[in-house]
Amino acid sequence: MNGKPASQSEHTAAGALQRAAARPPRLDLATIRQRLAGTTGQAYWRSLEELAQTDDFQWFLENEFPRQASGWISAVDRRQFLQLMGASLALAGLSACTRQPTENIVPYVRQPEQIVPGQPLFFATALPLGGIASGVLVESHMGRPTKVEGNPDHPASLGATDSFAQASVLTLYDPDRSQVITNVGEIRPWSAFVAAIRAALEGQREQGGAGLRVLTETVTSPTLAEQLRQTRAAFPAAQWHQYEPVHRDNVVAGARASFGEDVDTRYRFDHADVILALDADFLACGPGHLRYVRDFTAKRRVSGERNEPMNRLYAVESTPTNTGAMADHRLPLRASQIEDVARAVAGGLGVSVQAPTGLEAHAKWIAALVRDLQQHRGASIIIAGDEQPATVHALAHLMNDALGNVGRTVVCAEPVAVTPTLQTQSLRDLVADMQAGKVAVLLILGGNPVFDAPADVLFTSALAKVPLTVHLGLYTDETSQLCHWHIPLAHPLESWSDGRAYDGTITIMQPLIAPLYDGKTAHEVLAVLSDRPERTSHDIVRDYWKARYGGNDFERFWRKTLHDGFIADSASPAKQVTVRPAASIDALRSSTTSDRKGLEIIFRPDPTIFDGRFANNGWLQELPKALTRLTWDNAALLSPATAERLALTNEDVVELAYAGRTLRAPVWIMPGHAPDAVTVHLGHGRTHAGRVGSGSGFNAYALRTADAPWFGSGLDVRKTGDRHPLASTQHHHSMEGRPLVRVATLEEYRGHPDFARELEETPGRDDTLYPAEHPYQGNAWGMAIDLNSCVGCNACVIACQAENNIAVVGKTEVARGHEMHWLRVDRYYAGDLDNPETYHQPVPCMHCENAPCEIVCPVGATVHSSEGLNDMVYNRCVGTKYCSNNCPYKVRRFNWFLFSDWTTESLKLLRNPDVTVRSRGVMEKCTYCVQRISHARIDAQKAGRPIRDGEVVTACQQVCPAEAIVFGNINDKSSRVAQLKAEPRNYGLLSSLNTRPRTTYLARIRNPNPEIG
Amino acid sequence: MPQVFHPSTNTFSRVSIFGAVFFIGAMLWGLALINRSSYVTRAGVAREQPVPFSHRHHAGQLGIDCRYCHTSVERSSYAGVPPTKTCMNCHSQIWIDSPTLEPVRASFRTNRSIQWIKVHDLPDFVYFNHSIHVNKGVGCVSCHGRIDLMNLTWQENSLQMEWCLNCHRHPEQYLRPREQVFNMTWTPPTDQTTLGRELLQQYDVRGTHLTDCSTCHR
Repeated sequence: MNGKPASQSEHTAAGALQRAAARPPRLDLATIRQRLAGTTGQAYWRSLEELAQTDDFQWFLENEFPRQASGWISAVDRRQFLQLMGASLALAGLSACTRQPTENIVPYVRQPEQIVPGQPLFFATALPLGGIASGVLVESHMGRPTKVEGNPDHPASLGATDSFAQASVLTLYDPDRSQVITNVGEIRPWSAFVAAIRAALEGQREQGGAGLRVLTETVTSPTLAEQLRQTRAAFPAAQWHQYEPVHRDNVVAGARASFGEDVDTRYRFDHADVILALDADFLACGPGHLRYVRDFTAKRRVSGERNEPMNRLYAVESTPTNTGAMADHRLPLRASQIEDVARAVAGGLGVSVQAPTGLEAHAKWIAALVRDLQQHRGASIIIAGDEQPATVHALAHLMNDALGNVGRTVVCAEPVAVTPTLQTQSLRDLVADMQAGKVAVLLILGGNPVFDAPADVLFTSALAKVPLTVHLGLYTDETSQLCHWHIPLAHPLESWSDGRAYDGTITIMQPLIAPLYDGKTAHEVLAVLSDRPERTSHDIVRDYWKARYGGNDFERFWRKTLHDGFIADSASPAKQVTVRPAASIDALRSSTTSDRKGLEIIFRPDPTIFDGRFANNGWLQELPKALTRLTWDNAALLSPATAERLALTNEDVVELAYAGRTLRAPVWIMPGHAPDAVTVHLGHGRTHAGRVGSGSGFNAYALRTADAPWFGSGLDVRKTGDRHPLASTQHHHSMEGRPLVRVATLEEYRGHPDFARELEETPGRDDTLYPAEHPYQGNAWGMAIDLNSCVGCNACVIACQAENNIAVVGKTEVARGHEMHWLRVDRYYAGDLDNPETYHQPVPCMHCENAPCEIVCPVGATVHSSEGLNDMVYNRCVGTKYCSNNCPYKVRRFNWFLFSDWTTESLKLLRNPDVTVRSRGVMEKCTYCVQRISHARIDAQKAGRPIRDGEVVTACQQVCPAEAIVFGNINDKSSRVAQLKAEPRNYGLLSSLNTRPRTTYLARIRNPNPEIG
Repeated sequence: MPQVFHPSTNTFSRVSIFGAVFFIGAMLWGLALINRSSYVTRAGVAREQPVPFSHRHHAGQLGIDCRYCHTSVERSSYAGVPPTKTCMNCHSQIWIDSPTLEPVRASFRTNRSIQWIKVHDLPDFVYFNHSIHVNKGVGCVSCHGRIDLMNLTWQENSLQMEWCLNCHRHPEQYLRPREQVFNMTWTPPTDQTTLGRELLQQYDVRGTHLTDCSTCHR
């Protein structure tokens, strides 16, 4: 506590936010530029505040636990303080004498055959997002799914998952999920719904179902497709529409323009040496991104002896992405200028297209890129982003064709979606029919169109004109509020269904648990339209596959498919295509490119809550976004130059006026953002998301129009003078310019492989006052993190949260630096403000051999184990926080309040039973997943053998699509981790402190084109 | 002015000052006693159960093996409390009208579990694993006592950390050959320490690891 008297309001959470809001703008970008120009060599910086050395930042830096005194509500004098302390000491001593409460054992009545209490079971299924299913294995403890892992045999997963899949268990147990069927607010039984819908359908039967409409999200499920086909057979005039806000209309339209038919394009990054990403964030989102990350990073591995070539990534992008952060060359341009670059490159490659203007400044860059591509014919990829217009996709197809990549690195195949659809048009048609009164029954199977339909497609008002509307959804969301019927949707982990991966591989999804709230699947709701309305989704899916399989050993096929998690060789086959000539492309020119007045607005799905469907998921809301490090909010992102011109600074509230609509949003300055453009993330600003998600951020859908779903020009930004505090984890735990991330170019590395070690002096093993080391005779656990592979996807953070029962703290607490993530992914910038190099660095506990935390703990609550783990003993911890103060890496987290939810019944099912749920007042941190080590050790000991390399896989390692994290026994010189630690690139963080960290890093290597430099 | 206090008050005050030291000491000693007493640990207290199941009758007199009911003791952290089905294997044939067994039959009929009272209840921050102990030669009796002589089951030992550490620090004094683990009547040989050391070698029990905090707490 500091001695300053402080007013009461200052101590409350609201006070902290108000104070933050009242801070005057202090970011002086001109000074920052000067400072950067004055630095020599590689200067890394984490945030603009750090560069500007603002008071705020200094204050944050010097107070490791900022605003820690705020726990005191009122000033306490010395006498009262001593009284309180005396009483709490006495009570604390007594509390150790409490008896265990009486607890019950509740065994099964009839124990299922495979269940051994205490041993989890794993079941294969798939989790769909945007219709695309990703294969997973789900851990089940006596019938409760607790943790999702990737399915190592599934081609789109290879054992990895993304953060959405990791967080899906929290959505499953979310107490805010809708739990009952309602009809205009009244609870009704399922039979009443069936009766109502069948009565309505009787009226439709004569007209062939002309008034029946079904609105779904993207469908890849073969069973659902068959059901839709049967529905249309029964009601020939009925219509099926598909819409989801993060649609792939541009990809579909681009393929149609290029090939004259629906074709899916898949990429083989494992064969590509030169890659050009045109506003494509293929490493972070979209179908197949997990596989793409694996293949892409595999081509970037360099080691001491091998002289393997490394791939080279060029990225042209408007809003900074993880893909741009991995790029060897990155060019920030407005979204509308990407087409110009595509045209310039296409022209360079000999494709005759209309030449662009206005790219003179980048002529050298483009010429070098073209030469590089030409030198790698058949081994290069040009990939256009889903947000880029169809023209850019068509140009990419032309260029890949001209380079001979098609059939080698670029595979064209039958589409995975059942009916590839231009979804915006599909929704428009539906709304037109609704408004014309042609729709009598509307079934909305999933999705939330009232919230996420384009602002100029008046879905909400059209909905009121439909006599019978039904919404199937996980939550009673914005759409449910306005529909007559709401049916709770069964979560994918509760459902029988099927789906296809990005390459078409089919998974039959099996439930891990019976629907918690009697949810229904889309199959069951569609069955109501058929003549057998009471069929369960299990029967529907099974019957479909029985008919499709046809063979007489169906039972074997069914069991094997469920066990494996996918049907072998079910990927959609490659297809011979011919690319249409360039002339047809020019006709496609989108209207937005010709009109480039004013600022440009860019819409993107939110990196953590996607299109808004995950808004009520606390893990994802609190996950710092990969580049902005913002939590619980979205912001209007703009480049430093544009902010300077508009005299804006972080947290300023601006009014965005675009296409006749306005929206208020806080500003966040984003180094590397394209100038004269503003990015807004979709999905926030929900009004009926639930207790967690309602009210976070602003609703960017309010500005999004059907014609310009991803970007458009004519944006006007007006400063309002208000401020909105944003909770960023950006400058927490800053490490002040020490060589933390170490980077070299490939050329420098080849000439001088030891560069990383030489950047910081490591004292000798004996130059320390720490007690003598343990001998570590058996296992010695260690971790190596390859910064050259890490793409900053954040999946490890959520995996750690799910595995280790880590609590969510909320925006106010994050703003005070109280977030609890055991593993954080630091983001560093280097170089120029307008186009910096971006680096990610995952930081778990270092498990130092000379651990500074251990020697300062007065109660021995953090001690060293014989295998080198830095153990944290919750039951001993009294909360002095000395360990955290003395930790140079700032990886310890303190439970300032009772952050864990101990009372909500459904969340009790979520916990990993092998990890303690922490209470208030104790310190916690990364344990190297000691529960998994124990499990492996006990298995090995029982079998009388040593633990094998690869047997202990930490949660962060398991989830990583890039295989950037490797864990194992460093005493075993043949283990993967020991081999990585023997690489010349290996270095320890802050090694000069002689902490001897067990977690070490492998330096990042960049592969720039010497022609660009 | 006369003296307010009589000179003997000095003696009183000296006695009470020194006495306070002893008093505080006695208080602490008392607290330690209470903390180790069966009131807190519940050691030695037979617990009422919904059905008065007798290990003495089943395991002792009838000689049913431990693993007939506690099926996962060699494989899992939990030894496993038998499902009602296991009881009914016999009790659908014998004692079928016994009123004492009505809760068992009711459970089987209604498919609702019997709610047994937990006798051995470790705190939630302790992760005990039966299988590794059984596989390394820790006998059932070593922790649970002569369960074959108990009518209603009680907890034999305190299950406090100091008690656990007795063995984790000196496992050679408690280990027995694996084949004797489920034997209730095995008595250690006179040179247990020699046998224990041999078994440590044979079963690859590593001394250093046994006292790591993370072995039990995580």
